[in-house]
Amino acid sequence: MSDPILSLASVGKRFPGVTALSGVSFEIARGETHVLLGENGAGKSTLINLLAGLFRPDEGEITFDGLPYRPGTPTDAFRAGIRVVHQELSMLSNLTVAENLLFEDLPRRYGLVDFRAMNRRAAELLDEVGLDIAPTTLVNRLGVAQMQLVEIAKALCHDSKLLILDEPTATLTAREVDRLFEILDRLKAKQVTVLYISHRLQEIHEIGDQVTVLRDGRHVTTRALAGLTIPDLVHLMVGRELEEQNAFRDDVIPSGEVLRVRDLQLSTEGPRISFSVGRGEIVGIAGLVGSGRTEMVRALFGADPKTAGVIEVEGRPVTIASPRDAVRCGLGLVTEDRKQQGLLLGMSCAQNITITDLGKVSRHGVLRPRVEREAAARLVRDLRIKTATVHQAVGTYSGGNQQKVVIAKWLYHGMKVLICDEPTRGIDVGAKAEIYDLMWGLAAQGKGILVVSSDLPELLAICHRILVFAKGRIAGEVPRAAFDQQRILSLAYEEPGLDRTN
Amino acid sequence: MIERTEDERVGRSSALWDDLLRISMREGGVAAALVLIVLFFSVTAPYFATPENFLKIFVQIAINTVLASGLTFVILIGGIDLSVGSVLALCTVVGATIMTDEHLSPAASIPLALAACMGLGAGCGALNGWICEKWKVPSFIVTLGMLNAASGVARVVSDNSTITGLPQPFIDFGNTIIWDVLPSIFLIALAVVLIGWFVLRFTVFGRYIFAIGTNEEAVRLSGHTPKIYKIAAFTISGLTAGIAAMVYLLRLNVGSPIAGIGYELNAIAAVIIGGTSLSGGKGSIVGTLVGACILQVLSTGLQLFGADDNIKPIVIGSVIVLAVVFDTYRGRLLRKLETR
Repeated sequence: MSDPILSLASVGKRFPGVTALSGVSFEIARGETHVLLGENGAGKSTLINLLAGLFRPDEGEITFDGLPYRPGTPTDAFRAGIRVVHQELSMLSNLTVAENLLFEDLPRRYGLVDFRAMNRRAAELLDEVGLDIAPTTLVNRLGVAQMQLVEIAKALCHDSKLLILDEPTATLTAREVDRLFEILDRLKAKQVTVLYISHRLQEIHEIGDQVTVLRDGRHVTTRALAGLTIPDLVHLMVGRELEEQNAFRDDVIPSGEVLRVRDLQLSTEGPRISFSVGRGEIVGIAGLVGSGRTEMVRALFGADPKTAGVIEVEGRPVTIASPRDAVRCGLGLVTEDRKQQGLLLGMSCAQNITITDLGKVSRHGVLRPRVEREAAARLVRDLRIKTATVHQAVGTYSGGNQQKVVIAKWLYHGMKVLICDEPTRGIDVGAKAEIYDLMWGLAAQGKGILVVSSDLPELLAICHRILVFAKGRIAGEVPRAAFDQQRILSLAYEEPGLDRTN
Repeated sequence: MIERTEDERVGRSSALWDDLLRISMREGGVAAALVLIVLFFSVTAPYFATPENFLKIFVQIAINTVLASGLTFVILIGGIDLSVGSVLALCTVVGATIMTDEHLSPAASIPLALAACMGLGAGCGALNGWICEKWKVPSFIVTLGMLNAASGVARVVSDNSTITGLPQPFIDFGNTIIWDVLPSIFLIALAVVLIGWFVLRFTVFGRYIFAIGTNEEAVRLSGHTPKIYKIAAFTISGLTAGIAAMVYLLRLNVGSPIAGIGYELNAIAAVIIGGTSLSGGKGSIVGTLVGACILQVLSTGLQLFGADDNIKPIVIGSVIVLAVVFDTYRGRLLRKLETR
């Protein structure tokens, strides 16, 4: 690597409680297409945000184009010649394509915008990416793929030296992906350096030269992509052998069926999802971020609309059109985001627990404070929630303690199926073990438990069975006897030729 | 044995003491401010600390207290109701029209007018809430529309004139004073405050109001339908506007389409000074009562103090802002104490 355009030297970034990146060093050569790989939470997004000027590194040096690179704002990154096309597109949807393309540098005449020059320049740029739309089209009329290409065109118009594409193909169809790759080939001919992030392992060989793998915020390797097979890449990403977690209890044996979902569809054209959960069974839902796990769970719970599907609880078909219906049918949901969706942060522990069923602690609509306090105190003791009194506001609790309150409110209500979306996110190891204990306690009582988690080792440790989601559907189902991290990841990454049970 | 001590620790049974402690923590600040202001004027302003003056203050805060009590429900769910003054005007017109109907005896017309005012007010409130929830329009906009619409209807109904000649027993009741210091209309206001306090503090409905103001989505995902309770909050605000209209008629004996102009702002001020957060979830009706008192005591006190009439709005404006600033600081202080 004689002529690196970007080089990182032991770059690190910490957030409260988490080390997102630590000691990352690698180089990107001028004109190459460099692929960045890593599992969910490996530090890819943090790295991109550092380069985009959204975060500042806590340690280490970045050199870009021969100069020290310390962007304070996205504008600095832009001026230096780094353009980022984020996964979440950020366009001004009420303006035209031309205005979006040239927003940072509108052609001016007598201090006013020169619309004719702007549209002419925009037409050239659109031509360059092979997009056949009028520059005067409003952006909110475009499809996602077209927006993606407009974003790329925008990146091109400023003579970017480094173009960063964060999962550009996540929402594209096969033909659109081909178009994108053609454009990337043309860019390569122009000596534009590209940093390419993707979860689709089968496509990166088509365009990539070099690959860098991150794992748990650390740099694993940077090497030529040629010669590396997909299993090699998966192995590099997963790396470590599973840390043994002794959370599984083989004395709890699933029996019967408590929940069955048949042909659940979130949209009329969407895939059909069918699965079941047994009494005393813990079923995991694995998959990449954006694979439709949370969406499915929310639709199942009635929090978001669904277009079709039959849901049976204990063998009886039920109608779930709202969370109210779901709760009445005996479902409980531990939401992904406990602060925004799960808790009443400013209210007391007792008030948070009893909110699921105030009928139990009231008579003729009037609350009975003593009954409420005792009910809450019982759960606080059973779940070992750390609090001075049940009147303390839950906003002051630690993450693990808060999560216990969320579970307590469903225990208090008494449900048949508990759906947990990322139940241990942002929780320390000790509290995690306690949450697993709680789940097992419920399973032993014959409840069904559905756990969505991005933490695969966690699912492998506690589940009887894992459903793997990819692109909104169940790509495979793996029983405990056949648990294998690589196999589940392959399903999640949708590698053809590998196991497919569906 | 160990378990029992644990129970006592987390679920302490001295509820009354706990409640008193928490109420004084919450309402203590504003109540102390009220006491200080009263003491200040008692010492400095001539005639302030006389039964006649307190009587006058009680008469003057009745309407605002009733309006602000209902408004507290709406502000607690994170909404706002700008229409209360105008709904009050509409209700005074309708109530006065019924009571001046020559075919009806006072024994029939007075209860009928009360029922009409409460029903009409509640109806306007329910319409506000229903539109907000049905089409997801901010309550600021919907109730701004209602402010104008209700005022227009009031003018049409009254033919743009004031309605006088209310039945004598009604007027007499409005002038009744108990123990030389408590006017009947203030007792009505107190009754409204008491009922509102009980509902918010001790009922399941009140719990939902606080919970929705704190985190509506969490309430929905706990298996409830927040929409119903939100519409109910607006209905209560309309209902108290109807009751306030009757209080207005008792006090001024005139139904008028231009009654209640600007009352909504006074009511909002009382709620805010009383420590209820505009973003919802925090506050109390007792605080609102204290807030209404502070506003009126300041106004009367400054007058007796001999302050320039133009100074009054400056002081009152500053107090509203200071109350909120103080509240923010107190919140931080409380959190610090709790996490210590």
